[in-house]
Amino acid sequence: MNENPADVAPELCVLIAAVLGLVNGLFLPRTRQWRVALVCAAGLVAGLVVAAVDATRPDLVVFDAFVVDPITHVTRITVLGATLLVLALAAGPVRDHPRESEHYVLILLSALGAMALGASSDLLVVVAAYLLASIPAYALAGFGKDAHGTEAALKYYLMGAFLGVVMLAGVTLLYGVGRGTAYGTLRAGLAGAPSAAVSAGVVALLAGLLFKAGTVPGQFWVPDVTEGAPPAVAAFVTTVPKIGAFAALLRFGSEALPPGAGGWPALVAVIAAATMTLGNLAAFGQDNVRRLLAYSTVSQAGYLLVPVAMAGRTDLARTALLFYVAAYAVTNLGAFAVVLAAGRDDLAAYTGLLRTSPLLGLSLVVCLLGFVGTPPTAVFVGKVLMFGAALDGRYAWLAAVAALNTVASVFYYLRWIVPLFRRPDGALRPARAASAVAVAAAVFSVALGVGAGVALTP
Amino acid sequence: MLSLAVFLPLAVALVLPAVPRRAVPWVWIAVTLADLALVAGMWAAHGTRPGIAYEADVRWIPSVRAGYHVGLDGLSLPLVTLTAVLFAACAVYSVRQTHRVRAFAMLFLFLETVCLGLFAALDLLLFFVFFDLSIVGMYFVILLWGHGDRTASALKFFLYTFLGSLVLLLGFIGLYLGADPHTFDMVELTRHPPLAGSPGLAGLTLLAVGIGLGIKTPVVPFHTWLPPAHTDAPAAGSAILAGVMLKMGAYGFVRIAMPMLPDAWHRYALVFLIVGLVGVLYGALVALAQDNVKRLVAYTSVNHMGYIVLALGAAGYASGHEDARRLAVTGAVTQMVSHGLITGALFLLCGVLHDRAGSYDLGRFGGIARTAPVYAGMLALAAFAALGLPGLSGFIAEFQIFAGTIGSGTTAAAVTGAIAVLGILVTAALFLRVLHRAVLGAPGELSARVGDVRRPELAAIVPLLALSVLIGVAPRALLDTIEPLSAAVTALAGR
Repeated sequence: MNENPADVAPELCVLIAAVLGLVNGLFLPRTRQWRVALVCAAGLVAGLVVAAVDATRPDLVVFDAFVVDPITHVTRITVLGATLLVLALAAGPVRDHPRESEHYVLILLSALGAMALGASSDLLVVVAAYLLASIPAYALAGFGKDAHGTEAALKYYLMGAFLGVVMLAGVTLLYGVGRGTAYGTLRAGLAGAPSAAVSAGVVALLAGLLFKAGTVPGQFWVPDVTEGAPPAVAAFVTTVPKIGAFAALLRFGSEALPPGAGGWPALVAVIAAATMTLGNLAAFGQDNVRRLLAYSTVSQAGYLLVPVAMAGRTDLARTALLFYVAAYAVTNLGAFAVVLAAGRDDLAAYTGLLRTSPLLGLSLVVCLLGFVGTPPTAVFVGKVLMFGAALDGRYAWLAAVAALNTVASVFYYLRWIVPLFRRPDGALRPARAASAVAVAAAVFSVALGVGAGVALTP
Repeated sequence: MLSLAVFLPLAVALVLPAVPRRAVPWVWIAVTLADLALVAGMWAAHGTRPGIAYEADVRWIPSVRAGYHVGLDGLSLPLVTLTAVLFAACAVYSVRQTHRVRAFAMLFLFLETVCLGLFAALDLLLFFVFFDLSIVGMYFVILLWGHGDRTASALKFFLYTFLGSLVLLLGFIGLYLGADPHTFDMVELTRHPPLAGSPGLAGLTLLAVGIGLGIKTPVVPFHTWLPPAHTDAPAAGSAILAGVMLKMGAYGFVRIAMPMLPDAWHRYALVFLIVGLVGVLYGALVALAQDNVKRLVAYTSVNHMGYIVLALGAAGYASGHEDARRLAVTGAVTQMVSHGLITGALFLLCGVLHDRAGSYDLGRFGGIARTAPVYAGMLALAAFAALGLPGLSGFIAEFQIFAGTIGSGTTAAAVTGAIAVLGILVTAALFLRVLHRAVLGAPGELSARVGDVRRPELAAIVPLLALSVLIGVAPRALLDTIEPLSAAVTALAGR
């Protein structure tokens, strides 16, 4: 058994940075807690560098429960990069907050959970990673200690705890019928197991993972947390834990389940179709941009489930999911960064943004059109791969549903884009750091689309 | 060289914010003219040889075998040139524009890159990128510079054509997955048509590609986005939308659907014949009933694009006479060019009317020939060109289409072709009606406001009409360029 801790160095970098941040936070005066942010950022950057180096090495398994393969590489890099952007977004609003250092540390710990979620190949480790990704996020959701935040945190926590227990039950069931929790063992064991028990176990397991991914039926927390939690936290919980959850779903579908067991493609395909449709329908009437973005993330999660459903059926599934998830993370963070920069939640406040601050407005247009899948942004390439996976997996109806949903989604994104061009009715002073993040995310989303070949080669 | 021509407008658009406001129109005109010179130079250098010239192939997404693959041949050369001509005309026409000139020029330069890129693309994914971007660009043109109920029209345009583009994307992915090895490269796909062994899947793929391109073309019954979009778009926007962007659909049929899905194409050739025929007749009849000049011109576009679909359907009958089928394809391509020039001119002329009198209502004009003789002359010439008068480009195109369709020797093609001739009759009637009511006759209530054309308008419209006359009188240069291509397409579709 390979037990070399150097093989999980990116995770260790994040863990060490979190611990150092916590210890530093204990001794630093309140006005100098921003140094914790630097420590955390340094840890993330170190993790990114190590992860990038690791990505060039052959695949391996560590501790019999951690797989280091392309899924892990992409999860690591995306989570680390996205968390770095979130840190930059959060640094402004929580400056000199009484619990500033805890804020950064919680973000890092949750990100660590997301990374572990994507890498683990054992159901018990998946459960542990799920808890690590969730619990800090509950605390973050209620960080503002206001009525909305408390409601959001409570809803998030109750739902997460409930679905987490269901997930544990599913793991128990699968352990019972599959005689193991490691994916390799499960794949062999589940092949001869009674199919009803396998299906029940898979459904229960999905409950927890789909909650993290923010899809039907675990999507109820998404709009409330996005609206109630501080905006930077909203950006975090709608982006980073999802990356880990989708990676875990893909890995489970392709490595733990024997082909066709547990009704996998059909079940996930139906959930995907329901998620994208529900997210889109609910987003139509929103006048609060954060709620709009929340439902948009739900519908995007639906598209992301399409390659998950096709896991194991086509080679395109893995490429599609990994690329789409990275593209989604960049685009979503860009859109949230604009909301943070503008500091307003109502659609009307964005009237004339292209005149008052052209760069910020343009970034928003790029991100929103990116969500639609307009070339040459990154999500476009992700969507092409997603459609390709669906058609190659012989699920043409799913591709058609996704196409129809994409067209429907244009409507509410345009509701936000069109007022940007009107005459401004009041001066808007965008926050500088968040604007920079927004512009960077928009540029990166286009660069990732144009340079998709480079990103897809490994 | 080709990439330079494609991306030059975009590059200039990006530096346009640094240009002083008063110089913006002149920079815009200079760039479009330079681009036109480049494109014309490429055509002159390429001559009438068959095959693809100015090819460039750069890897873009190697894992799905999609690349930046561009090149020009007998089909794309005329259309690329048409694009450059129309964009130059629009730049000249808009020289007096005052409302947000800089953004307008940037958007049009962006659209020029997109349109040139689309006609040059030899990779399905690249084609789709430009196809989709053209929708986004035109959406903003209608939304920001349109008039009337522009928000609703722009939204309808976006949603409708975006749906079409996604269906098209599904079709492209079908082609990709059907090819062995999987590839998006058009040249590869044309050489070894995908899905040859599975007629059902090929039919479905053709359905997806057909609907996607059909919405853009547009064919009846997918045309309903067109009239409101045209009516509310600014004149230059309408000219580009009708002159260049409608060609993207028809171009796609010749470039993608026919050579890549030859079996499916002849199996369903009858569908295209009928859809084309319906477009011809329906477009003409609805146009006859219009009082809004711009809507009228928009519906004649449906009619004119119907001829193209009809001809391509006739060319799909493998049993048909080889020469006749080739003639039909040549006619279809000629019609694309001719329609681009004439409709571009007609929409710019409508724009002049709206600029002066603020209305498109045919009933409120009359006797314009007295107040604006030059304008009336140009309108008459454009109308005659559109109804297919010999000596003008419309005749050359439509004659070949009918000769090819009726002469192909198959009953279905001959019958539909013969019925479609009625379309010409209706078009002639409706254009004569326009001339009677607006140009001749008693002065209308708004006629006094219609002063004669100004110099920039003249400089924009006259070259379009002159080219139409040139093609009508001396079509050889154009036809010689197209013919090797149509021979190749007919041979490919006849496999």
